[in-house]
Amino acid sequence: MERINHRSVIFFLLCVLPLIVLVYLSVGPSWIPPWRIFSLLGDTVNVDSTVIREATIVSAIRLPRVLMAAFVGACLACCGAAMQGLFRNPLADPSLIGVSSGASAGASFMIVFGAAWLDSSQVLGLSMVSVGAVAGAVVAVFLVYKLATDSYGTSVITMLLSGVAISAVASALNSMFSYFADSEMLRRINVWEMGNLDGASWERVALIAVVAGVLLWRLPRHALALNAFLLGESEARYLGINVDWVKKELVLLTALAVGISVVISGNIAFVGLVVPHILRGFIGPDHRYLLPSCALAGAMLLIVADMIARTIIAPAELPAGILTSLVGAPVFFYLLVKSKSLNNPERL
Amino acid sequence: MTLKIHNVTAKISSAISLVDIEVEVEAGSVTVVIGPNGAGKTSLLRAICSDLPFSEGVITLNDKVISQWDAQSKATLLAILPQRSSLEFPFTVEEVVTMGRIPHSTSNSQNRDIVNKALALVDCNHLIARSFINLSGGEKQRVQLARVAAQVWDAVDAGDRCLILDEPTASLDLAHQEMVVRMFEFFAAQGVAILVVLHDLNLAAKCASQILVLKDGRSAALGKPETVLTEEMLKDVFSISAKVISNPVNGKPMVVT
Repeated sequence: MERINHRSVIFFLLCVLPLIVLVYLSVGPSWIPPWRIFSLLGDTVNVDSTVIREATIVSAIRLPRVLMAAFVGACLACCGAAMQGLFRNPLADPSLIGVSSGASAGASFMIVFGAAWLDSSQVLGLSMVSVGAVAGAVVAVFLVYKLATDSYGTSVITMLLSGVAISAVASALNSMFSYFADSEMLRRINVWEMGNLDGASWERVALIAVVAGVLLWRLPRHALALNAFLLGESEARYLGINVDWVKKELVLLTALAVGISVVISGNIAFVGLVVPHILRGFIGPDHRYLLPSCALAGAMLLIVADMIARTIIAPAELPAGILTSLVGAPVFFYLLVKSKSLNNPERL
Repeated sequence: MTLKIHNVTAKISSAISLVDIEVEVEAGSVTVVIGPNGAGKTSLLRAICSDLPFSEGVITLNDKVISQWDAQSKATLLAILPQRSSLEFPFTVEEVVTMGRIPHSTSNSQNRDIVNKALALVDCNHLIARSFINLSGGEKQRVQLARVAAQVWDAVDAGDRCLILDEPTASLDLAHQEMVVRMFEFFAAQGVAILVVLHDLNLAAKCASQILVLKDGRSAALGKPETVLTEEMLKDVFSISAKVISNPVNGKPMVVT
């Protein structure tokens, strides 16, 4: 495929993202024309009841939700790009090394066994489940890391296979927690395992915004290291990169970002897989440009997915995770078939 | 001494070890390592690259123990080309070669200049915009050669430069094998120390200042091509009965089977 200049792509994404946010704020059970959004957000003295109602819909419901979708999408897409670089496999994804499953097991544990505290307050509940999820993610990553690392370095293949094993263990734990859960907890675990964004609140926005900030601050610093990783781990070392240190930081950053994303919105699959893959086709694999474009495109994809999810069967809502999977899985299959037709089995 | 391997003993697997390897690679010279499959050639290179821990002995680079080098400044003067590379992402040839400049803080325009020259050296200028994964095996190998060439293209303050290559001619046609020999001469003339594993004994005889012969992890011979490439050595180490004659073109020893 012919490449497109990365500057044009980033510029295009930067222009389109605000437009999509604006459309998102307008669309819903009650249509609010885009040109009135700004005046609604700025207006505090108007007493007209329609205006107050619309302003509440925008600022209390749609705005936190669109921001949450944007940050979660950005986190997932960037983590996907980073992990694919780290594992030198274009089809790798944070869920592959067991981070998502570890996080969801940790979070279910908290929902079931920490239920007493969870009801007391939203902030406390959120932070308890977050702690559970991040702890689960970190345990998963360290376990995989321990299994796959020896004095020669980390074997990527062992690490991926350990990820498969950890996912299996975590999903068994998840089922076990569900077995102990009462019907209310079960509904919560279930809803949230499908991955959706309906629990938007400003606390959640703040949490994921901080995580996205850390991720977008740290990851681009390792862009050149990630490029060198694609040549091979030893080759990266020969190019003077402190491979072990970079690897640890990347693993911890992804565990944090994926863990918190899982808490905020459940398991939203395929964003981390499809976004970097598509962008690589347009601008090439150079992480200096891939990471920022992934952040923008990941945000955009999840906003659009959620916009469709909450309008397509209105007034009811689909979980956005189902939608990204429905859209993502065929794209993924297409990519699989395409890379097979290149007659290059090594790429898989 | 640019690269000095002193008394190195390392366990490769339960069955085989490198034992007491001793070799010095001088600035501006080419040391060729030969030996049958599984003799420990690649393991020796891995020991130098700190990929294989060794139990005894010491390896120094520019008279400083190699493990004490700061990773980044080491990378400015020591470039290593492994036997196989598994790049599976659609980087362009230009991007791959530019990665050789990662350890350096030279400007983009300087890097572009070096990348072009390195590509010219391996006869790959016409490939510059192509995607690496669509190249043939030989083209990939030449591009990787250009990458390590770009890495040690210019002299640096930290010390003498050193190139380590593991079977760089494995998938090259005859003309490009000659090109690799010219590449060695080009770098050796600038005072770069070169350590290279080769399988083609006549190619080794042609470009080597000294040859190290490995057998079962031990050093079987070390010296000038004329003294090392003998009929007895070929029988002992490679189990072949071959004649060694004088190459009519360059006067070096030539193995005829």
